[in-house]
Amino acid sequence: MTPTASGSETTGGRLPTAFTTPGSSSFTDFLVRYSPDLLPGRRHEGGTIPELPHATTIVALTFAGGVVMAGDRRATMGHLIAHREMEKVFPADEYSCVGIAGTAGVAVELVRLFQVELEHYEKIEGALLSLDGKANRLATMIRGNLGMALQGLAVVPLFAGYDIDRAAGRIFSYDVTGGRYEERSHHSVGSGSLFAKGTLKRGWREDLDAAGAVRVAVDSLVDAAEEDSATGGPDERRRIYPVVASVTESGYARIPDADLAAVVDDVMAERGTSS
Amino acid sequence: MSMPPYYASPEQIMKDRADYARRNIARGRPVIVLGYDGGIAFVAENPSRSLHKISEIYDRIAFAAVGKYNEFENLRVAGVRYADLRGYSYDRGDVTARGLANAYAQTLGAVFTTEPKPLEVEIAVAEVGTAPDRDQIFRLTYDGSVGDEGPFVAMGGQAEQITTGLQESWREGMTLSEALTLAVSLLGRDAGNGAGPRTLGAGQLEVAILDRQRPRRAFRRLAGPLLERLLAPEDPTTDVPPVDDARPGLHDTLTGDETPAPGESQADPDAGSA
Repeated sequence: MTPTASGSETTGGRLPTAFTTPGSSSFTDFLVRYSPDLLPGRRHEGGTIPELPHATTIVALTFAGGVVMAGDRRATMGHLIAHREMEKVFPADEYSCVGIAGTAGVAVELVRLFQVELEHYEKIEGALLSLDGKANRLATMIRGNLGMALQGLAVVPLFAGYDIDRAAGRIFSYDVTGGRYEERSHHSVGSGSLFAKGTLKRGWREDLDAAGAVRVAVDSLVDAAEEDSATGGPDERRRIYPVVASVTESGYARIPDADLAAVVDDVMAERGTSS
Repeated sequence: MSMPPYYASPEQIMKDRADYARRNIARGRPVIVLGYDGGIAFVAENPSRSLHKISEIYDRIAFAAVGKYNEFENLRVAGVRYADLRGYSYDRGDVTARGLANAYAQTLGAVFTTEPKPLEVEIAVAEVGTAPDRDQIFRLTYDGSVGDEGPFVAMGGQAEQITTGLQESWREGMTLSEALTLAVSLLGRDAGNGAGPRTLGAGQLEVAILDRQRPRRAFRRLAGPLLERLLAPEDPTTDVPPVDDARPGLHDTLTGDETPAPGESQADPDAGSA
């Protein structure tokens, strides 16, 4: 079955029954019925998995009025740098974002499906999913990838968003089985997370504002990059900066590189030459 | 098998089905789809706030329908699934109104010829382009006929009369408020139950646009004070504002409510790009 414009051949161009079956507002459920080959995590047939690009460190922290998420730009393949400009933090919808660590190919596909899933629901229902609802949908999708995770193709996202009902930023972490855990104030995933977490813990305060949160996020990524070879630091020569995004009641906003350049300069200046 | 007790010619069967569908579609209130300088406008008389006749399908594509609600709602959901599937398996730019109109035409045509009852619906699928001459409006009828209509379409009710009115009064480069005023006056003239012309207020209307200037998702519903200002002849408002309502939540409707944006989001250094 191929997802062609006219649907499957047997219906003579008419939209197949799966399209007109009422009941579900989920795009993933629709794919399960109509075109399961398009789902991430349903294709691997076994065998040895070659070395693949991995995405690395993601951090997220809340501040008064929202949440900030940041990810470095490096993807590694064993000891090689596979990509220097990879983006690992994506808007999931207007009020949430998702950052990915793990096998890059599967993770990016999962995020793409998640984005369509949320917009699909919005269009069919005419309403936004609650933040908990979005977090649970993502958990279900990761659970669907468990088979591949057991073969080494794990995806571990970090999900954060602005909860309109509570008027606050919230962060959710996951494990490969789809376990969903709400984090207080800050969290980090990926190979450099151990180092980033220390900096987040020291830098996070209850009264942080958006600019302060961005600074702590960049600071923690710089620390992760210094200690973890798979995490890329800010590359000022190529002007490659981490992807940093904030989600507040005015929605998702990516911090422009020009602003980040100033923050990076500031962070580096404070460190001086001693550490 | 033996012969059926009565013989009806294929012509008669098709004519009966067409008459049945046409009669029931004409019974409903009409919908007008018309181009304006900044996009495509959709106007329907619809007192319901939740049972929509006009909906978003994809980034630049919207859907309007008249007829039986459960039948066109089913087609709307199918269209959203079609578009999202296509955008997910290819690219967002590969989702076109033409492809969707073809899929709808095949579906309506197949139901009309093979099932006992045709779908009692008429659909318009519109896609806003980069310039007014790239806009596309397709009209699909109960039997699967598809027409690439010009800059406007009227469906349901006394659709022919409204089309005549549009042919007389629509012109290129109308502003949104001019286009809406024209559509609303034509809807008011559609004397459904033999009554005379009526003046339709913002509360009785369902209005939406595909706004050319919005970056990705172009579909917005219009309601509240903004719609009233657009319909008021003496008000200077001729188009929608480029930014969505400030209140947090689903931003599918532009109301123009004057609630000031909350202070802290103004102070946000990164709120500028939001």
